[in-house]
Amino acid sequence: MPATEPLIFDAIRTPRGRGKSSGSLYTTKPIDLVVGLIHETLSRNPELDPTRIEDLVLGCVTPIGDQGGDIAKAAAAKAGLPHSVAGVQLNRFCASGLEAVNIAAQKVASGWEDLVFAGGVESMSRVPMGSDGGAWAMDPATSFENYFVPQGISADLIATIEGFSRDDVDSYAARSQSRAATAQAEGRFSDSVVPVLDINDNVVLDHDEFIRADTTVDTLGQLKPSFQMMGDFGGFDAVALQKYHWVEKIDHVHTPGNSSGIVDGASLVAVGNEKIGNELGLKARARIVATAVTGTEPTIMLTGPAPASKKALAKAGLTIDDIDLIEMNEAFAAVVLRFARDMVGKDDEQALLEKTNVNGGAIAMGHPLGATGGMILGTLVDELHRTGGRYGLATLCIGGGMGIATVVEAL
Amino acid sequence: MSNESTIGWDLDPSDGIVTLTLDDPSQSANTMNGAYVESMRSTVERLQAESDQIKGVIITSAKKTFFAGGDLNALRLVNRENAKEFGEFLREAKGQLRTIETLGVPVVAAINGAALGGGLEIALATHHRIIVDDPKAVTGFPEVVLGLLPGAGGVTRTVRMIGIAQALVGVLTAGQKRFKPAEAKEIGLVDEIVPTVGDLIPAAKKWIAENPEAQQPWDADKKYKIPGGTPSTPSFAANLPAFPSNLRKQIKGANLPAPVAILSAAVEGAQVDFDHALEIESRYFIELATGQVSKNMIQAFWFDLNRVNGDRGRSADAERYRAKKVVILGAGMMGAAIAYVSAKAGIEVVLKDVSFEAAQRGKGYSEKLVAKAVERGRSTQEKADALLALITPSDKPEDAAGADLVIEAVFEDPKIKEQVWKEIEPHVAADALLGSNTSTLPITGLSEYVTRPEDFIGIHFFSPVDKMPLVELIRGEQTSDEATFKALDYVKQIGKTPIVVNDSRGFYTSRVIGTFINEGIAMLAEGVPPATIEQASSQAGYPAPVLQLSDELNLKLMRKIAKAARDAVEAEGGSWVQHPAEGVIERMLDEFDRPGRLEGRGFYEYAEGKRTGLWPGLRDAFPPVEDPSALALRDLKERMLFIESIESVKCFDEGVIESVADANIGSIMGIGYPPSTGGALQYVNGYDGGLAGFVARARELAAQYGERFEPPASLVERSERGEPYSDELVTASA
Repeated sequence: MPATEPLIFDAIRTPRGRGKSSGSLYTTKPIDLVVGLIHETLSRNPELDPTRIEDLVLGCVTPIGDQGGDIAKAAAAKAGLPHSVAGVQLNRFCASGLEAVNIAAQKVASGWEDLVFAGGVESMSRVPMGSDGGAWAMDPATSFENYFVPQGISADLIATIEGFSRDDVDSYAARSQSRAATAQAEGRFSDSVVPVLDINDNVVLDHDEFIRADTTVDTLGQLKPSFQMMGDFGGFDAVALQKYHWVEKIDHVHTPGNSSGIVDGASLVAVGNEKIGNELGLKARARIVATAVTGTEPTIMLTGPAPASKKALAKAGLTIDDIDLIEMNEAFAAVVLRFARDMVGKDDEQALLEKTNVNGGAIAMGHPLGATGGMILGTLVDELHRTGGRYGLATLCIGGGMGIATVVEAL
Repeated sequence: MSNESTIGWDLDPSDGIVTLTLDDPSQSANTMNGAYVESMRSTVERLQAESDQIKGVIITSAKKTFFAGGDLNALRLVNRENAKEFGEFLREAKGQLRTIETLGVPVVAAINGAALGGGLEIALATHHRIIVDDPKAVTGFPEVVLGLLPGAGGVTRTVRMIGIAQALVGVLTAGQKRFKPAEAKEIGLVDEIVPTVGDLIPAAKKWIAENPEAQQPWDADKKYKIPGGTPSTPSFAANLPAFPSNLRKQIKGANLPAPVAILSAAVEGAQVDFDHALEIESRYFIELATGQVSKNMIQAFWFDLNRVNGDRGRSADAERYRAKKVVILGAGMMGAAIAYVSAKAGIEVVLKDVSFEAAQRGKGYSEKLVAKAVERGRSTQEKADALLALITPSDKPEDAAGADLVIEAVFEDPKIKEQVWKEIEPHVAADALLGSNTSTLPITGLSEYVTRPEDFIGIHFFSPVDKMPLVELIRGEQTSDEATFKALDYVKQIGKTPIVVNDSRGFYTSRVIGTFINEGIAMLAEGVPPATIEQASSQAGYPAPVLQLSDELNLKLMRKIAKAARDAVEAEGGSWVQHPAEGVIERMLDEFDRPGRLEGRGFYEYAEGKRTGLWPGLRDAFPPVEDPSALALRDLKERMLFIESIESVKCFDEGVIESVADANIGSIMGIGYPPSTGGALQYVNGYDGGLAGFVARARELAAQYGERFEPPASLVERSERGEPYSDELVTASA
């Protein structure tokens, strides 16, 4: 193993709380979600000398208010880490958490840093999605020229183009729910989900609370489309159709039931090289084989995972057939279905979906924007270990038209 | 440039109030030209120099209107090369208004007549606007129609006065909208209405006396908040992303940079202070003014429109004809609507059909329209009754006695036309103008049915008549100039815009629109998905997508017209070149029996008369290409635009149309040629690279899509001479 091979020593997360004031994590500040995970990582690895941590890289998509002002450095300080630990917050929209891990891996791979903590945080109950503005949606000159539409319209456009019916996406969503419920019931998450405690060490939340085990295609079928109004009265359907001119009208199949849930949560991954692992008694659970990002057409926006995955696989010298398990963020059901089709074609897409999100995904458990990437990477490593698989792929679609992918090998 | 000031100065020593009177001695209306800026420069200097004696300022006008707006003659010459100097000019003009606005004494606009565009902008720079209660004293911003934005502070001030959303939707992009005094007050564009012009100055003086500390709210309060908020206000920010998308939806993706620039300038300007907002507004204005679309739109909607509505070679003091009594033959859809627009203009109408019941039904159309107008408060019962009283339904030719105008609008069958003309002619005035609303039959042929072919002319209305602004006048071989002028006067009398063309199959408009429709239909056979064809036509800027339009026009009619054209060509010994659209029309009619909307089935499906969506069977009938994303939308758009321009060039060459303005206005107002192009001939001038660029692109299209795109020889020669299509050049060389 090369001395700079990036290894994953630990990958933990908070449970995901419903992202509104009735959610369990609403009373917990975003910084405390991160602090809890830092403390847990240190306590799990008693020989880990915190002065050896060089940087804390955190994804956060709405970095204002409670989450503003470089929450990573603030979290490092509040966690009591030595002053020598730096911190940086980054934003690659929904992929921020995985981007943070990938950057940590690249730091280590470059040989310029040896041990980096990475992950992400998002308290969607406290800092509403989109409240940070941004030119993409808010600057008329930019938005007009670039055919900006909100993600939901893009997801419905994908479904329309691919012919995914309401039943198709609802079936996928129901399966995500039942897989997540099974995984939770069997305790597959319990090693990595760290309860959130209050300042008196009382448990605030110790499990993903968004899962609805009793979900069926029928119950999902009763939900109203989420993006119809926005498409009609917001004018966004017209924008999408002007670009995708061969489509006559958009079939609004996505609902709250087959789209990712709005939740709170944080993730943290310890990445370093073999030498420091040996010195600090850290056990490598996986190695990061390759990472990739790509840009794609921004109006349809959510088709980036396949090109990013192909790019990462090529860098790794692997093919999709070498991959035992896939975590593909369930931003919307159609995005996962489209990813499978883009990767292996219509004939083999079902087979690929069998090994994708085997423990459910964001439709069932929610998508705490900045944290999700680190969460699904951890879930992937855990599941590879549980099933004895070797290679895994984590990938997410990204706002603005991007994709990200990380290939790991279980150790 | 005249040295005489365009702004009068009158300081009343009794109250210290200066009245500035806008009065450009070189023009009948004031415009924001170089002389204005020069005069304003010395005026502002004097205001500053004598400030210790001045207690207030009134700005008014000595013209019939207050102020007309920008100087379009100058604006049309602004380009990338002289943009910097133009920017300086603009900065000075805006700076002058800003200085007056912050002079430290109350400033009042006394608006005695229309204040449009730049005129309204001057008024908005004052602290109080008083307008006379006269329906002619309208306010508004027509800039967007000319591809421009209100660049003398209009965007910046309306946004601050009434809020971003209200300013955008209600005022800045409202285009043709002219606000009467009461509406202007309701919106907030003016503050006070007085009954007569004579009341303006006293009211202004009174306000000045009562408000010695007057300031604009944005100057008085450093924390002034724009009504409705800005992008940093959460409630406003939540809706902001839907502004550009709804704009895209509204303009259907057409190339209209002005509303986009207005939206951008409004939103961006709201995020900085007033003076920097003015700077942002200027940048967008210069971008628009130097762009091709504003050149095209200024050409069409100012210069060409004035030309087609102008004297057309007749001396300005020649006597005008006013129709007093019109007989309309045929009370069908067109006849009934022509009766309505004529009566609306105060002309007595005899609406004649074969039976009284049919004539009565025709009048019913007017009854419905006036009832709706009364219901919506656009008219009064009194006016409605008066209008209806002018229309006499009849089945008797003798009711036409003394009529000075006949408009025949019966079925397009020469035999029926002959019959009605022979029946009516003896009853009407001996010098009555004889018009036919035919859209397909040659005028010269029809004129044989009357004894005075020199008084016979085609008066081609467009459907729906009460909405469509254009009338195409068709001169037959024998039509006299006098008859043409009378017809022009009638068109003006009913408030429409005329073009004059010479007799030929399809005249000008029908002939040209046919090429557009054929081009769209032909694409189906090439495997272009129908939704793409519709998008291509909408995004090119056509008001109705092409397949939708052909459903309205009906494929049966199109086949009939094509057959007549083919017969005519073959009768003259020529050989007919089959258009690829013909095969599609053939199959739609003979194989699928889908003629159009009338039958409830065409390219679209219909339920209870409403269009519900494209006919799904099109997919099997005309299988689309495998990868539609690879289709060049630009090619599809330009094929429609080019084929109509090329046909217009042919009409010009053949003398069907004699003036460039008639072609431009006729194509835009009659058959929906995209306004941003400036019309079917202006499009050739304005295409990227000018005429040479157009010729090169036409050849590319010809190589790829068929010989019909081959540029006519006359166009190639013209491009080699570097001579754009222009009536001014025609006159100059004549």
